[in-house]
Amino acid sequence: METSASQTPALEVLDLHKRFNDVEVLKGVNLVAKTGDVISMLGASGSGKSTFLRCINLLEVPDRGTVTVHGETIRMSTSKYGDIVPADSSQVIRLRSRLGMVFQSFNLWQHMTVLENVTEALIHVLKLSKTEAADRACQTLDRVGMLDRKDYYPAHISGGQQQRAAIARALAMEPDVMLFDEPTSALDPELVGEVLKVMRNLAEEGRTMIVVTHEIGFARDVSNRVIFLHEGAIDSEGTPDQVFTNPDSAQLKKFLSNAIH
Amino acid sequence: MTTERTFFEYLVHVSENQSPLDFMLIADHLDKFFFGALLTLEITALALVIGGAMAVPLAIARAYRHRWLNGPIWAFTYVFRGTPLLVQVYLVYYGLAQFDFVRESFLWNPVLSSPWWCALITFSLNTAAYTTEFLRGAIENTAKGEIEAAKACGMSKIQMMRRVILPGAFRRALPAYSNEVIFMLHSSVVLSTITLQDILGVGRWLNGRYYLAYEGFITAMVFYMALVFLISQAFKFWEKKWLGHLRPRTAGSTR
Repeated sequence: METSASQTPALEVLDLHKRFNDVEVLKGVNLVAKTGDVISMLGASGSGKSTFLRCINLLEVPDRGTVTVHGETIRMSTSKYGDIVPADSSQVIRLRSRLGMVFQSFNLWQHMTVLENVTEALIHVLKLSKTEAADRACQTLDRVGMLDRKDYYPAHISGGQQQRAAIARALAMEPDVMLFDEPTSALDPELVGEVLKVMRNLAEEGRTMIVVTHEIGFARDVSNRVIFLHEGAIDSEGTPDQVFTNPDSAQLKKFLSNAIH
Repeated sequence: MTTERTFFEYLVHVSENQSPLDFMLIADHLDKFFFGALLTLEITALALVIGGAMAVPLAIARAYRHRWLNGPIWAFTYVFRGTPLLVQVYLVYYGLAQFDFVRESFLWNPVLSSPWWCALITFSLNTAAYTTEFLRGAIENTAKGEIEAAKACGMSKIQMMRRVILPGAFRRALPAYSNEVIFMLHSSVVLSTITLQDILGVGRWLNGRYYLAYEGFITAMVFYMALVFLISQAFKFWEKKWLGHLRPRTAGSTR
């Protein structure tokens, strides 16, 4: 894997700041993901981890800091009202298509079948032909075990199946980095396993993934790096071993003891 | 031959003297009612198409609170939904003609002097106003998550509108729109008050010509009911076709 891809980080986030009105949610967060990295982001609710993830693909616009995808930095500028806005919306659109995102509440398009949800962006963003898109979508759905549900509407399948369909939707785009925003938090406990299994498979085949999660087990077993956020800043960072076996911060110790028991 | 002829004469006799409804007279004028139905359908359908096409951009501008357009569009829908269609038609057909500059303008002949055009313009604006408002509601009800998912996979704003927001909104608005279509059909009786021979116009003409009380109105009713039946069947078909995702979940339900 000593190629040029592994020298240029797949994703590099520098000094990210974000404030909602009076609340400073992110106070300068950094992250570098090499190709193949699986990075878990932990933190109590309100620690800013979801906001951080949403700033990466500009669902939230950061106040300060840079996001660089495979060496290409998203250019920002100041609007005439003094807000920070993307300088080039076509660049944002292009980079978003290379950052697959999976949401807590699945966010499948309700009026489309599972298959149509997956082919939609393949046809209209990547401009694949309909048959190419359908082929790729079916292969991807097969990988997440959803091929037999391809003609179902989202409302007619379980949460776990919806989330696997949503993963297929993001995965089919063959993104450089996949962003997971608490992908199992909205699921009934008995449905969490099937989604984690799919994510584990993706990690094993070398996908670059940033996973915001409450699943300590997944963070420990699957990721190669763990970041613990506390009040908008990185509190601890390291390999799962370093973070979970010898937590040195009081905040992290408290978080882990609450999470496990 | 002779028996048939006698039987026909017998029918006419019964129809004129014994039946509460002179059905033979109605049968004699059915062709007029069909032409009336054509006019009713023509103006209603054209108005729905024109008004519907207008409503889409207007609803989008309203839903996203366009800086300059939102206020004027709100005023437009408020006026047209807040006043009777009959009054609107009278104002356009009888009212505009009072102004010299209207009669002298290039629009007078053949547009504003013709009841057909006046009705079409007013009906179109009226249905556009109603459709704009419930379509705006449907657009505003788009789930935030569906929009975020569209953004996240790299859709442009136009693609998001065309592929995610409008298809979802049209489907949510479909049941309300079937009401609007039927409502428009019923409102089209206004045509008969500005000299047009729509279904009711033919009914009124028949009653007037033969000094009848019901025949024309009852026949008109039957025609309107038949049209409403056809419209509701069409919407049943479309709802089955387009609203599969809203059906309750059943074992083995697919599209």
